[in-house]
Formats: sequence, structure tokens, C-alpha cells
Amino acid sequence: MTWMLFALAFLALGAVVTLLINHHDPIVSWLGAGSVVVAAVLGSIPAVQVMAGSSLVERFRMPWPIPMGEFFIEIDPLTAWFLLPTLLLSALSAIYGVGYLRRWQGRRGLGPVWSFYCLLVLSMTLVLLARNGMLFLFAWEVMAVASFFLVTFEHESESVREAGWIYLVATHLGTAFLLAFFLLLARDTGSMDFTVWAAKGVQAQRLASILFLLAVIGFGTKAGFMPLHVWLPEAHPAAPSHVSALMSGVMIKTGIYGLLRTFTFLGAPPLWWGWGLIAIGLTSGVLGVLFALAQHDLKRLLAYHSVENIGIITLGLGAGLLGVSTGSPVLIVLGFGGGLLHVVNHALFKGLLFLGAGAVLHGAGTREIDHLGGLLKRMPWTAATFLIGAVAISGLPPLNGFVSEFLIFLGAFKGGISAGGAIAVPLFALIAGLALIGGLAAACFTKAFGIVFLGEPRSEHASHAHEADWTMRLPMLILAVGCILIGLFAPVVVGSLKTVLENITKLQPATVSGNLAATTSPLSFIVLGAALFLTLLAVLILLRRHLLARRRVEADITWGCGYAQPTARMQYTASSFAQPLTDLFGPLLGTKKKISPPHGLFPEEAALKTTTPDISHEQMYRPVFERINEWLSRLHWVQHGKVQLYVLYIAVTLIVLLVWKLR
Amino acid sequence: MNAISFIPLLLALTLSPLLLGVINRTKAFFAGRHGQPLLQTYFDLWKLLQKGAVYSRTTTWLFRAGPMIGLAAALTATLLMPLGKCPASLAFPADFLLFAGLLGLMRFFTVVAALDTGSSFEGMGASREVFFSALTEPALFVALATLVRETGQLSLSTMFGQVSNAHWLHSGPALGLVVLALMIVLLAENSRIPVDDPNTHLELTMIHEVMVLDHGGPDLAFIFYSAALKLWLLSALVVGIVLPGTGDPRLNLLLAVGAVFGVAVIVGVIESVMARLRLMIVPQLLVGAGALAATAFLLALKLN
Repeated sequence: MTWMLFALAFLALGAVVTLLINHHDPIVSWLGAGSVVVAAVLGSIPAVQVMAGSSLVERFRMPWPIPMGEFFIEIDPLTAWFLLPTLLLSALSAIYGVGYLRRWQGRRGLGPVWSFYCLLVLSMTLVLLARNGMLFLFAWEVMAVASFFLVTFEHESESVREAGWIYLVATHLGTAFLLAFFLLLARDTGSMDFTVWAAKGVQAQRLASILFLLAVIGFGTKAGFMPLHVWLPEAHPAAPSHVSALMSGVMIKTGIYGLLRTFTFLGAPPLWWGWGLIAIGLTSGVLGVLFALAQHDLKRLLAYHSVENIGIITLGLGAGLLGVSTGSPVLIVLGFGGGLLHVVNHALFKGLLFLGAGAVLHGAGTREIDHLGGLLKRMPWTAATFLIGAVAISGLPPLNGFVSEFLIFLGAFKGGISAGGAIAVPLFALIAGLALIGGLAAACFTKAFGIVFLGEPRSEHASHAHEADWTMRLPMLILAVGCILIGLFAPVVVGSLKTVLENITKLQPATVSGNLAATTSPLSFIVLGAALFLTLLAVLILLRRHLLARRRVEADITWGCGYAQPTARMQYTASSFAQPLTDLFGPLLGTKKKISPPHGLFPEEAALKTTTPDISHEQMYRPVFERINEWLSRLHWVQHGKVQLYVLYIAVTLIVLLVWKLR
Repeated sequence: MNAISFIPLLLALTLSPLLLGVINRTKAFFAGRHGQPLLQTYFDLWKLLQKGAVYSRTTTWLFRAGPMIGLAAALTATLLMPLGKCPASLAFPADFLLFAGLLGLMRFFTVVAALDTGSSFEGMGASREVFFSALTEPALFVALATLVRETGQLSLSTMFGQVSNAHWLHSGPALGLVVLALMIVLLAENSRIPVDDPNTHLELTMIHEVMVLDHGGPDLAFIFYSAALKLWLLSALVVGIVLPGTGDPRLNLLLAVGAVFGVAVIVGVIESVMARLRLMIVPQLLVGAGALAATAFLLALKLN
């Protein structure tokens, strides 16, 4: 634990020092990134030790002068499992940030952005470590605020400010539910200590179900369950790309961590919890990928994919809960195991994809997919790594995305093979849904990769794009290698889930390792298949080279039916590529089309504009919040911008509270 | 893994191009023509392998890599597909997931290679390909889930080994629906009528053919061969369910090979007696396949 304390101290130090030397660039960037990297290395040491089982839990307690609060942190396998990707992605995004933020060098002080970055990493780490309710909520709040300031980094633009507000409101609504959750738990058990909660468990079934719902809403807001996801497609595109990578890759996973931790407090789950989570997973997964298909903004598309992947993780958790309710170890191990592995996988490929999108934005100056094209020739490294991320997120072999989806699928097939209808039907829905999600994700990523990186540039921006420098390329490269390695060493990685699953499921170690061993054999076959595939590919490459060696290989233009004046604007665009699917699912998406069709025999101008605003944002939240705003505007006279009077408000409130207390 | 389990692999590798010949001859029979030689696809492949290549200046390494990745994926998938009662070279629990994944990988790279040309025709084909495959995927998986439930087995080889006359007697309706759904998946995945017309020469109406419009020479040979393999594999998937075994393994194998060519004849008949559906109608057919598979699953729930 000493290493971890050092890591936390480094992060805190980084947050302070970068603020002090605000304008001294590039020193401030290197100091900020350096402290995160050092902290990540230091923090990984105890996490790896816990994962390896050399020390089962690491603890540290210290009194904290806050009612019911205690500085109580612990690393158990569950924490370690989330901690490792968090630290890795934090360090890589920080290195990337050095290059990415260079654009603003000299134009503004980079102290605050690095300070909040360190603070965000610190608070995420603390959220995972905290074993006291007050400490958890405190860290949770710091995490929200730090990320808010990072999202609003480019606050000159109005859309960024609006995105920031939506995020701030959404995250605090979520926190309100968590506050209720923690207070109810504390009242029931008379403690704020996680270990007490886990040991006692909630006995009353009714209370447990209320707590479950509060946790799903509170943590689900952070994770991005539909329809609580509204802040994701706003905040992720607005934030600087290395921050988007961090938020989408790991910060939203703290919601999943919270849910998993909650399950250890709540005792035996009734069947409907599992059904509920599977329903949430299906909604988030299918709608997430559908909305992603309809987007024209690369980062917004990726943000919706986070909703989809959170859906996949939730499907795993739902299957696991079904397993707990019915006492089916196969479902527990494969459901939770697949979900947990997908957490790590998504951190790797989504981090990679957001960094890639950042490199595109950096190199070509736009996130509009329809203005890009042909970037593979201009940005070969970014393109190659983005392609690996795209294949991985589509859940295709031989990469990591396939492995975690395989576990969830295998759990559903094995669990549903002879189960009764109450289990088989939700699992059947899971299988059908996951298959649909996979097909749609492949459609979406062939679109994202194909339109951005292939073909001819569709605008001046794209034709003058340039490759990112090494600070930005290196993190992408490492993440891409991570995606490949998890794919090729799947049995080892899945084997390391053993301690985590023992930690959260209360199953006998022998049951867990038995069920995991049963997956190791298909996984080794999959690795064998992957190895064969790569060998065959190598053979084919040699064969093709041999065949073409002494023959004529010419270059010409693309076949265009003999049309003599092709232009880059005649290419298929992201919108036209996705059009059949977005039309089919039109009723779910509510895409708005503005068409001015060509007229006459010699038409001059024609235009088509499509936008797909978020349906829950438009239909659910906007009306409600407009009503609230209307109502609250009557209180505008209180808010007049005179700071002295605001201080007076505070003083009066304190006096009133004091009088009330002394009464 | 024993010597026997390499038989399906060898048969697929050698005989799959013949399937296209059988389909074409069936169509010729219906049209009252003599038709092309049965071995035409082999001649085509041989001819293409002798050729040089012309590449568009727009394309990159990805365009050249696409056909190779596609063929490597198809070849690996061939290792996983049993033939009737004869087990596959690689058989393990949930091997069908890897099978589906490899077909997905093949499709992914065909699509991005098509987009690499920057041609709007190929973009159109690519768009339709991902559109239709996104809808066939659930049908395929639900059909597989039904099979898993019916047979109680998790691997294609043991599943097919398990299917017997008793199975068909006991839960014929469910299996029948599964076969129907898989047949639609087969037609869609292999770009046959009523989803796509491999014979059309109008770029605007093609799907698979238009995606490979700019490929030539050995690359095109790779593409043709992987398409033939894919047709063989999905036919074997249908055959494995339909064919109850006899006691004699040699007879079983013969029957299975015959049945695979039978599927090719059926495909030829379908292509002769009906026209391609309008593109707007195709999704209904594919969603219908999913619905059939779902019904089969519910029947399987009830009958057990």
C-alpha cells in the first residue's frame, strides 16, 4: 500500500505544481504528464501483486475529521482489475496530451488543464480504492468536477459550454441518487464502512430492491445507460481528445465498478434484477450503436459506441446476476467474467479510437466524417492503429473484443442449454441482441474507418492532413498492441479473472477455477485458430508476391463506368453509407432530413442535410427541463451578480441553521 | 483430431468451386441452354492466377490486403465446419462463434477494401453488404441457439453428430424452421437471388460483385475462391441439420457431399424460378428469417 500512497501523493503534487507554473510550457506539460506516468507505475505495483495473489488485500486506514468519514482505502482483486486499465490509460493519454495540447502553447496557460487532469486521475483512483461511503462520495464528486473543467477546456465555443452544463447537471442528478443510496445503506447498517456492508448484507428484500434501483440510476448515469446517457454524446466530443479517451475508456467504468461493488452489499438478488440488467443492456447496446451509425461527427460516433459497449458489459453482468439468482455457476463465471474482461478491452480499444480521432482532428482540423477521406496515405500510423481498434470494437477475431463477447455468448449458450423458460428467454434475447449489436457495430466501423481513412480526400482540410508526432503515436501503438496481445493470449488473461470472480461472487474457489478451466480449452482453440489464420495470411502474402513478381502491375484510375470527370465529392459519404440502416430504424432514431432536390433539366444546386438529435434528450429531458427552467426563472431576482449579497446569503443561512440547531 | 477429420477440409478445398458450376448448370437447364462447363470456376481461377494486376491510384495497401485476409479467414473457417456426421478438423465448445466471427472478419475487409477505391459504386455495394449482414447475423445466431438447445451440444461437430431421425420426428417443426432460416441466411450471405443477383452487369444493382469491381488478377482469384468456400461452408451448415446419419460412415460422407450439391441445385432452382427482390423488400425477408429462427427457438423451449 505504500506504493499506492506514493502514487496518490505524486498525483496531488502534480495537480498543485502544474497550477503554479501555469505558463511555462512545455515544462508544465511534461511535469503534468510525468507525474501521472510515475503515479501509474507506482500504483500498478500493488495492483499487480493483488491480482497475482501474492497478497490478497492491501489496506490503509487513517482518521478523517468528517462525520462518519474515514480515510479507508483497500486494494482487493476487484479494485485491482479496474485500477490497472485506469492507470495504464491515464498514463498513455497523458503522454498523448503533451503533443495534443501543443497547439495551445503560448496561447493560453496549460496549468489548469494539467492540474485537473492529475486531479481526475487521482479521484478515479480514489473512487476505486475507497472503502468508506463518505470518502467514496467525496472522490466521486471531485471526479465529476475535475472532468467538468476538462470538458470545458475550449470554453470559448458555446457548444462546449453547453456540453459542459449538460454534463454537470447529469452527473449531479446521478450523484443525488447515490447520496440517497449511501444514506439508506448507512441507516440500515449503522456504518459507512464498505467492509461492514459487505459482511452484514441487506436482509430486507424490499430495501435491497430499492437500493438496487438507486444504484442502477446513480451509477448508470455515470456509466451511460440509455436513457441516462444524454451527457456522453455531448461531453466526449467537447473534451480534448486525450480527456475523451480517459473519460470514455475508464471514467464511465467507475459506474460499472460501483454496480459490481453494490452487488456485494445487497445479498441474494431476485430474478428480476438480472432481467432488468439484460433489458438495460439490450436497450443501451442496440440504440447506442444505431445512434452511432447516424452520426457525422467522429467523436460523437465514438461516444455513442461507449453507450453500446456499456450495454454489452451490462449484458454480461445481467447474465451473471441471473446465474446468482438461480445458482448457476456457469452463468456467474462467464457472465461476470465476460463483462469484466470487456471493461478492460473497451478501455483499450475505445481509448485507442478516441486518441486516433484526436490525431485526425489534430492533423486534418475537422471531426466531420463527411469532410475527411484518404487519410491512410497521409497518416499511416494513425490509420493502422485505428483499423486495429475498429476491428477489435466490432468483436471480430483474432482481437480482444471477440474474446470478451465470446465469453458472454458462451455463458448464454451454456446457461440456456437446458434451463427453464425464465432463464432461457432472457438469454435468448441476449444472444439475438448481441448478434445484432455485432453486425451493426461492424457496419458502423467500416463506415468510420472507410470514410475517414480511405478513398480520396473530400475537402482541402483532409488533403493537407499531417501525421501526429511521436508523443501521440506511441500511446496509440501501445494500445493497439494491447488489443492484439489480449486476443492472442486470451486463456492467460481469462485465467487471471479467477481471483476477481472469487472476490465478488462468494463461489468456492474450486467452482470458479473449474468453470474458468472449461473456457480455457475453447479459448486455446480460438488462439490456435487465430495463429492458423495469421500463418495462412503470411503464406498468401508470399504467394501473391511470388505470383506478381515478374508480371505487369499497373496503376490506373478507379473504374467509374467510363465517366471522364470523376471528383472526390462523388464518393459515398458516411451519411449515404449508413442511410439504408438509419432509414430502416428511422422510427427509433427520429433522423431529421432537409432536402432541396434538384430542379429542371440542368439542375444547379441541390442539398441534403440530415441530423439525428438524441431522442431521449429531445423527447424526455428537454421538455422537463424547460418546464423547470420556466418555474425557476421566477427566482431570478435572487441572482443579481452582486457578490457581497451572495456572501450575505451564506452568512444568513449559516445563522439560521445555527439557531435551528441550538433551538 | 484424427485423419478422418481432415476429410471435410479437403473436400471443401477441392470441391467448393464445383458448386458454382452446378448452380450455373441448373440455371441453364431451366433456361433450356446447354450452359457453361461444370468446371468453369476452376478454369477462371487458373486464368486469373496467371494474370498481372492493375490497381487504382486511389487505393492503398489495404486494398491489396483485403482479398488475402478474406481468403485466410475463409480457409480458417473451413477448418471448423464438419460435413454431415464427419467431424471438423477443429471442434470445440462454441466453435460456431469463431466460425461466425471469421466470416465477419472476411466481410469487414471486403467492405473496407471496396471503400478504399473511392468509387461510389463500390461504396453502394459496401453499404448494402453491411446493411444486409447486420440483419442476417441475429437470424444465424438464433438459429444456432435453437440447435444448441435441441441437441444439447455446443460444438458444430457434435451437434451434427447428434441429429437423428428421432430428432426430426420429435421436434421436426423447430428443425424445419431452423433449416428455412439458415437457407435464407445462406442466400443472403452468398449474394444469391432473391437478395443479390450474381449475374447482373449493372453496377447500380449489384452488391457483392460491385464491391470487387476493381480487383483483378490473383486478388480476384482469391476473392472467387473464398466466395466458393463460403458457399460450401454455409451449405454444409444446412446439410448437417437436414441429414440424419446411417450406420456406415462412408455412406454418410457420400450422402453429405451429395446433399451439399443438392443445396447448390436448390439455389439454382430458386434463381431460375424467381427474380431478385427489390432492395426495399430484402430487409423484410431477412427480418423474416430472424422471426422464423425465433419461432423455432420458442418451439424448442416448449417441446423439451
